[in-house]
Amino acid sequence: MRYRLLTAAFAAGVAYSAGPVGATDLEVTHWWTSGGEAAAVAELAKAFDATGNKWIDGAIAGSGGTARPIMISRITGGDPMGATQFNHGRQAEELVAAGLMRDLSDLAAKEKWTEIVRPKSLLDSCTLDGKIYCVPVNIHSWQWLWLSNKAFEDAGVAIPKNWDEFVAAAPALEAKGIVPLAVGGQPWQTSGAFDVLLMSVGGTDTFLKVYKDKDAEFAAGPEIAKVFKAADDARKMAKNTNVQDWNQATNMVITGKAGGQIMGDWAQGEFQVAGKVAGKDYSCLPGLGLNATIATGGDAFYFPLLKDAEKSKAQEVLATTLLDPKTQVAFNLKKGSVPVRGDVDLNTANDCMKKGLDILAEGNIIPWTDQLLTQDTQKQKEDLFSEFFANASLTPEDAQKRFVDIIAAAD
Amino acid sequence: MTPTDAGRPSRLFRNLNAKIASIPMVLTALVIFVGGTAWTVVYSFTNSKLLPRLSFVGTTQYERLWAAPRWHMAVENLAVYGVLSLVFSLAIGFLLAALMDQKIRFEDTFRTIFLYPFALSFIVTGLVWQWLLNPDFGIQQVVRNLGWESFTFDPLYNADIVIYGILIAGLWQGTGLIMCLMLAGLRGIDVEIWKAARVDGIPTWKTYLFIVIPMMRPVFVTTLVIIASGIVKVYDLVVAQTSGGPGIASEVPAKYVYDYMFLAQNLGQGFAASTMMLLSVVIVIVPWAYLEFGRRRRHG
Repeated sequence: MRYRLLTAAFAAGVAYSAGPVGATDLEVTHWWTSGGEAAAVAELAKAFDATGNKWIDGAIAGSGGTARPIMISRITGGDPMGATQFNHGRQAEELVAAGLMRDLSDLAAKEKWTEIVRPKSLLDSCTLDGKIYCVPVNIHSWQWLWLSNKAFEDAGVAIPKNWDEFVAAAPALEAKGIVPLAVGGQPWQTSGAFDVLLMSVGGTDTFLKVYKDKDAEFAAGPEIAKVFKAADDARKMAKNTNVQDWNQATNMVITGKAGGQIMGDWAQGEFQVAGKVAGKDYSCLPGLGLNATIATGGDAFYFPLLKDAEKSKAQEVLATTLLDPKTQVAFNLKKGSVPVRGDVDLNTANDCMKKGLDILAEGNIIPWTDQLLTQDTQKQKEDLFSEFFANASLTPEDAQKRFVDIIAAAD
Repeated sequence: MTPTDAGRPSRLFRNLNAKIASIPMVLTALVIFVGGTAWTVVYSFTNSKLLPRLSFVGTTQYERLWAAPRWHMAVENLAVYGVLSLVFSLAIGFLLAALMDQKIRFEDTFRTIFLYPFALSFIVTGLVWQWLLNPDFGIQQVVRNLGWESFTFDPLYNADIVIYGILIAGLWQGTGLIMCLMLAGLRGIDVEIWKAARVDGIPTWKTYLFIVIPMMRPVFVTTLVIIASGIVKVYDLVVAQTSGGPGIASEVPAKYVYDYMFLAQNLGQGFAASTMMLLSVVIVIVPWAYLEFGRRRRHG
């Protein structure tokens, strides 16, 4: 204990002597480690450093599934970082309820967050019992099908306009040795792909009935059977993917080794790093071309409650910086996501981003699983769908029965 | 022994210094091992989510656990991995040790080579074998390049045999140590016994099987404990090689515990699973300890 105190004192001494007076180090943890993501987070660090403080980067590789337990154990274990990324919604719900997170309501009132952040649902997901606990930084939507134009040219078929055409084009792609649909082995990818199919093939109401109302009887019905049929098509098309990480799967689409991928708009960051142009090298279909609706999930920063007054002040500075219009544009252009404020200039946005913005403007938005389901339910879903996509002997009917059980037990 | 009379210090105070010195260790054992275990078992009957909470829900967590297909898969995998790993590491380890014991040349070199994998962590072992077994870069591709175009060897991508792919890596890593333990045991056998066996005209293999192995009983028991504890806690090897995939085909109980405690933020479920793991260990250990130590007491 004494040793730890000494090291802490020593570290603090070094930190203070190194920086100018008033500069505070703030460790920020996140799981943005792929090429496009790292470029985006560097923008945040740059903006925060410009305020005279110092961004200590705490990137944790291996996607949210690996990173979240580390972050949570640090917070619950009494060694909190300065700020941390979560997907806003129910991931940090219990941390907030246990009083481990900082209430940002005063700052939010001062800077009128309720007026600048849109759509309103974003801030609602940060709110618990009327208090605001996180700063949303971007709007991410899962509901996209990314298509490699080159793959379809090679196969000699037209670029599909929706999921059904895509399924129909699969044999032509396979004949050329192209994997029609790239799905990485990480469990969240298969379960996410199913959710997108549920919303696109089933429709918005179906999606909400299952995940929001948790209507198990409905989940057992023919509407959902149709979705499982589509998922069955998807797993047949994804059979030869053999990669794990989502960005490796995206890379298959970028290089034309795969026809398409159901993935969130963060995939677009990878296309940009690879120098690909939307519309020319790749196409995107929001809602799989069937139901042009996107979810307003995304990333947010939470601030653990700290005792150190200096650091608490730096937290406020960081919160302000994150919502700054300039930071928002710089960050989101690199990340491939949409800014959380409506009043910023987005002339530089590309085709796919503009499609997303149009859908937002029309108000075709939907709450996503991060907001609707607990991590427990999400994990059970992941178990089911990673088995479903890998094991051809699990029939769609059996999988649906297990899906109904999960929904029935969800809270 | 006669009961202690008033003049002699009671047994409690004999070796007082040693007893005081061991108090911290005794406390550690009680608080951390026993206390932690009891805490886990108690909380496995609650519906704790991200943070432990004392609201009891009876055996709900256990019912859910045994209804989960993934848990069944994990238990099944552990059984297959456990039995095969036990049999093969003992058999291969003993065979290698017996071969080494034939006064061969360069024994030190061979021993080093066989023991070397043990110096690697399970994570490194897992990654190495993930590459070796990858159909696009590993053994399959090498053999195909040699001309056998239709050769297929991709255990990590085939749900039916993935557990054997993990077993191969586990054996590669672990048998060297088993060999060393066995070799030490063999070297501990008196040379006179070998001479006597030879005089009686008993063939070498029979000497090994019926004389040497029974004499090596303590070594086998130690080895068994080492292998068994390695089996129950197998986790990192799976994470490095397959992360439980394809699908859930190579899940193991330890991974279930971790995933539900930390990824699913459902401590209750994770505790229930770890209690089941503890129970299975207890079921194996208790009869064994009873036989092993109970007998000794009777003899002594």
